Amino acid sequence: MEDRKLLQIVQAIFHFTILVLVLTVLLGAVGIYLHYSPKPLFTQKTKSTTIEDGSITEIFTDSIHNATGFIQGEHLELVIENCTGCHSSKLIIQNRASKEGWMGMIKWMQETQNLPDLGENEAKIVSYLATYYAPEEQGRRKPLTEIQWYELE
Amino acid sequence: MIDRRNFIKKSTLASFSTLLGAPLVFAENIPAGYLPLFLDQDDPASPFGKHKDMTVFNDRPWNIEAKAHLLDDAITPASKMFVRNNGVIPTALNASTWMLTIDGESVKKHKTYSLQDLKSKFKHYTYQLTLECGGNGRNEFNPPAKGIQWTIGAVSCAEWTGIRLKDILTDVGITEDAVYIGYYGTDTHLSGDPTKPVISRGVPISKALQNETLLAFKMNGEDVPIEHGFPLRLIAGGWPASASGKWINRLSVRNIVHDGAKMVDGYRVPCRLVAPGTEIVHEDMCIIESMPVKSVITFPKTGAVINESRVLDIRGHAWAGELNVKEVHYSIDYGATWKQCKLQPAKNRLAWQRWEANIKFPQKGYYEVWAKATDSEGKQQPMVIPGWNPQGYLNNACHRIAIKVV
Repeated sequence: MEDRKLLQIVQAIFHFTILVLVLTVLLGAVGIYLHYSPKPLFTQKTKSTTIEDGSITEIFTDSIHNATGFIQGEHLELVIENCTGCHSSKLIIQNRASKEGWMGMIKWMQETQNLPDLGENEAKIVSYLATYYAPEEQGRRKPLTEIQWYELE
Repeated sequence: MIDRRNFIKKSTLASFSTLLGAPLVFAENIPAGYLPLFLDQDDPASPFGKHKDMTVFNDRPWNIEAKAHLLDDAITPASKMFVRNNGVIPTALNASTWMLTIDGESVKKHKTYSLQDLKSKFKHYTYQLTLECGGNGRNEFNPPAKGIQWTIGAVSCAEWTGIRLKDILTDVGITEDAVYIGYYGTDTHLSGDPTKPVISRGVPISKALQNETLLAFKMNGEDVPIEHGFPLRLIAGGWPASASGKWINRLSVRNIVHDGAKMVDGYRVPCRLVAPGTEIVHEDMCIIESMPVKSVITFPKTGAVINESRVLDIRGHAWAGELNVKEVHYSIDYGATWKQCKLQPAKNRLAWQRWEANIKFPQKGYYEVWAKATDSEGKQQPMVIPGWNPQGYLNNACHRIAIKVV
């Protein structure tokens, strides 16, 4: 009887030790994860979105693509693939143009900047650009906007 | 902790695609050592030691402008000077082995000089020279013009030291049929194609032979900063800054109007004014030469809130391409009335001029202070956006700042 009791106690200690070890490893892993990339766990606004074919995951914040600054929209992945190899996404984001205007820029890049033919992707890329980066009517002189008021010393 | 940038630099281009979550087209063309911009996003530490308030429009290639209040210095320091690059900054820049070749149809004989030769054989000159991007102010055109959306800060006036281009051209010997000079630099094309020129512009021979047209090796008393053309830069003040080529290793004296990259398809405006949005054939586009009269209010910074009893000091700079500025005026009533500012003469030809005034506001309220310069031929800055042109050049409309009197 005493042998059995001893065995139970040894087993209990063994199980407890295993549990402590597992917990330590788990906590350690979480700690290391948080240390190297603390953001993903705590960023509330970030939403993971799976694009089209389901194989690539892109991160957006308030519908803005984190890595490039582009507005989330249909065919964005084609814009990233075909446009940001040569120049910054910032160059696109600061421009505004109609469908014809964006097509003109693509033609100019093909004629002078070694951009290859985009094939059936061209219409999709132009559709994205003309939808999300369309001209705004601003008249001959816009009012001053986004003034950051400060007390002049 | 892993150094993210070094980690990325050491990894293969294939892993860029993994991080981007999409294939990177032309990845094989990305120059070695070039960090693709999307990986550099959360590292906004001032590139090239530029002031932290400078606006970065593009990091591939680099395009950075100042804000109006950053241009308050009489001589623009490197930290507040705009950067307009068209290609990738060359990596191999060695002043001790740098060579400059002068060639072209209109030289008597091709000649190559080392940078040391240029510095020792020819007399040095120092001038304050205004360089303004041809597209400064592009953001206001409507319909919008494509390209970098410069606002007001793509202008500078630094002190450049170098040799006169005319001295070296005299040493080489040019023929009577010389029409234009064209520069070539060592920057490389964004597509990675080593055979593709990035930008090769120039100026008519008359501008090339002006006293102030320099081959510069110093800016503000130091070596020209890398992003501004180290070790040798052509400086043609008062013209679109693209005429002032960087990293120059070859100059051609041409018997035709230079036909290099961005001479033909850039920096041109309609020869005759057109309605906004008009399509224009190439034959009706003319090369921009002297920049138009313009001014900027550098103090105070826009958005100042002041007490009703205060007399407000304002100041700024004015410039007029090849010409002098004759007068500067300011208005606090949207142009209904104008008052004259105190204007200093230019330090030398093609340098900007300091202007200042003080204002007593009649009552509390929201005001805009507008500045307007007049050149030595009587031309003034317009208050509205000037003639539309497809590429959005030459917007010299009056600058204005917002003031609240409380």
